[in-house]
Amino acid sequence: MKRLVPLIITFVVGTVLILSVFIPPMEGLGENFTLFFDIIAVFAFFLGGGNLVRVHFQKMSRKSDDWEFSIVTLVGFFVMLAAGLFKIGNPGDIASSVTADGSLFQAIYRSVFVPLSSTMYALLAFFVASASYRAFRAKNREATLLLVAAFIILLGSTPFGTMLTSWVPESWSIFQIPNLAVWLMSSPNLAGQRAIIIGIGLGVVSISLRLILGLERTYLGDDNA
Amino acid sequence: MKVKLLFAVILLLLLSSLSFAQDDSAEIDTSAVVEELVLPAPPGNLSGVDKPNDHGHSIDLSWELSPDDGGGLNTVLQYDIYHWVPNLMLELNLVRDSISVIQKIIRKTTNGIIEGSQADSMKKVFEKLSRSELFDVRNSLTEYVKKGNKGLAEACKSYPEGGAWLFLDKKPSGTSTFDHIGSKEFKSSGFVPDFANLYYRVDAVTADGAKASSNILGPIQSSGQWYNTFRTPVVFSVLLFTLLTVFFVQKARKGADLYVRPLGGIEAVDDAIGRATEMGRPILYVLGLGSAADIATIASFTILGRVAKKVAEYQTELLVPTYDPIVMTVAQEVVKSAYLDAGRPDAYKEDTVHFVTQSQFAYVAAVNGIMLRELPATNIYMGKFFAESLILAETGALAGSIQISGTDEIAQIPFFIVACDYTLIGEELYAASAYLGKEPVLLGSLKAQDYAKAAIIVLAVIGVILAQFDFGTEFVNLFEVVN
Repeated sequence: MKRLVPLIITFVVGTVLILSVFIPPMEGLGENFTLFFDIIAVFAFFLGGGNLVRVHFQKMSRKSDDWEFSIVTLVGFFVMLAAGLFKIGNPGDIASSVTADGSLFQAIYRSVFVPLSSTMYALLAFFVASASYRAFRAKNREATLLLVAAFIILLGSTPFGTMLTSWVPESWSIFQIPNLAVWLMSSPNLAGQRAIIIGIGLGVVSISLRLILGLERTYLGDDNA
Repeated sequence: MKVKLLFAVILLLLLSSLSFAQDDSAEIDTSAVVEELVLPAPPGNLSGVDKPNDHGHSIDLSWELSPDDGGGLNTVLQYDIYHWVPNLMLELNLVRDSISVIQKIIRKTTNGIIEGSQADSMKKVFEKLSRSELFDVRNSLTEYVKKGNKGLAEACKSYPEGGAWLFLDKKPSGTSTFDHIGSKEFKSSGFVPDFANLYYRVDAVTADGAKASSNILGPIQSSGQWYNTFRTPVVFSVLLFTLLTVFFVQKARKGADLYVRPLGGIEAVDDAIGRATEMGRPILYVLGLGSAADIATIASFTILGRVAKKVAEYQTELLVPTYDPIVMTVAQEVVKSAYLDAGRPDAYKEDTVHFVTQSQFAYVAAVNGIMLRELPATNIYMGKFFAESLILAETGALAGSIQISGTDEIAQIPFFIVACDYTLIGEELYAASAYLGKEPVLLGSLKAQDYAKAAIIVLAVIGVILAQFDFGTEFVNLFEVVN
């Protein structure tokens, strides 16, 4: 029964959502199911917050490795929660927006959260460099092809690339590096991407059918198809 | 009794202000003003049809451009589109507006109401009521609108005396079409009744405000359709694919040996779990940033189920930090059930799947921290990933973990290929669960997928060949889908 009910719900909801694509009067039903999902999501937020607090309290009480970090997490969690819930320092009354200028919530968000997030994002620049170094080592034929293509695209975006092949006559303009870079992006690259997209489309239909028909039940913990 | 009286008073107040509202919204008589203005040539031949393949409540309009638009005097700046509505509709719109104001007062979200506006004067009246009175009045007004809407079709027959022209929208010069997409919700002020006589007019407007009206279109009626014919190619494709899947699943059930090509990334999963067991280190499973409604996340749940079962059998530690609370709840259930299926429910720990945060880079920081502190033997990234993909995968590579990834986000696939040992590209992510389980029934669906792919390749080749000739377009049009 525990697995039958979710299977029935999946079948009914999946079928209705498919039909709503083709039957205009059913469009509203599809929207309603999305709303149901949002309503359930609200309850899950409490579960998420509760789980976070429980896990970190346990770490602290057990004095697990690096338990000090849990103090930082919990202090951050409760301070933000209090600032948002009680609208500490809000210029308006309790009915005003939680993100109003001057509120403690907004102040912490701007002066702590945004810089920290930006710092994490900035790391990407260094990781791109290290990943590129590893990817562009011409250790086999494919990697060499990748290196050459990347080199042309990098060069094509610089004035140096334009200068380097400016002598190529107009009738052979495809061999000018900037044009070659555009061609690489708009032809072989796009063709490859579209092939992947077609595969993804088929994969989505396939897995959806498996779920709707109840063939795939691993997400319910049932290994037997 | 008190509430009924209150409702009657409010309704009277609203209706008394109707004449003001009508004057305000009705067509502005420009005859006196434009005496000295040069009128543009009017737009011609205004025509319209019920919007095809929709749920109704909408009309598609088209007209011929004014000769003074892009030619002639070249003075047309824009086109104003009007529709005629009966007095009942104006009255109901006013009542709808008041319901909206009451809702705002109940929810304490009246900040956006502009001072001196009609909504502001309504607010001043309603603010004097108690909360329970507000609810009663709102319900009574809603009921009034509901009943009133039933009389709209009849009221529309009173054209032209029993109503007024309402401004609908404006379109820049050079535009000759407009889709009047009305709301199907009777509570909405944009509600357009089906099977009611509708009338439209388009004015060509110059920069100095001179207007010239087109012919009046109407009566015209909107209605809903039961089937969207624009999507017929999709219906055929879905039916064909479903039949193929059912055929191969049945074939597999009868014991046919179905061959599917091996995937390196899938075969590496078992080895990676074995490696973690030997090293005595945990396995980190990242479900990505998708919600539980994303198909990539659903596919990831199925893979997590298989991985968790193996992990339970090998008695290795599993870490699943999650980004979304719903994903966490589902993942907990999946892992718990997998431990149960493996016959080791006692080995399941509540902390295995835990929530981290719903902030993208804070999540990355937390997962990177886990990677560097716990030094997992294997990192598995399956699901929806965005800018964080490379930060995660590079940190994992630095920590010396074996990494297996899979995503359907095209932009992130190159990053995973570069930084991970094995990558499932696009559809392989969806197929992974079937591969891992090696159950004939699931492999049957993969076989159907392969045949569908082959059919698409054949169609693409035919399309490329036909595109070299004149009739290539007709072939492409066979597959056209209009949204």
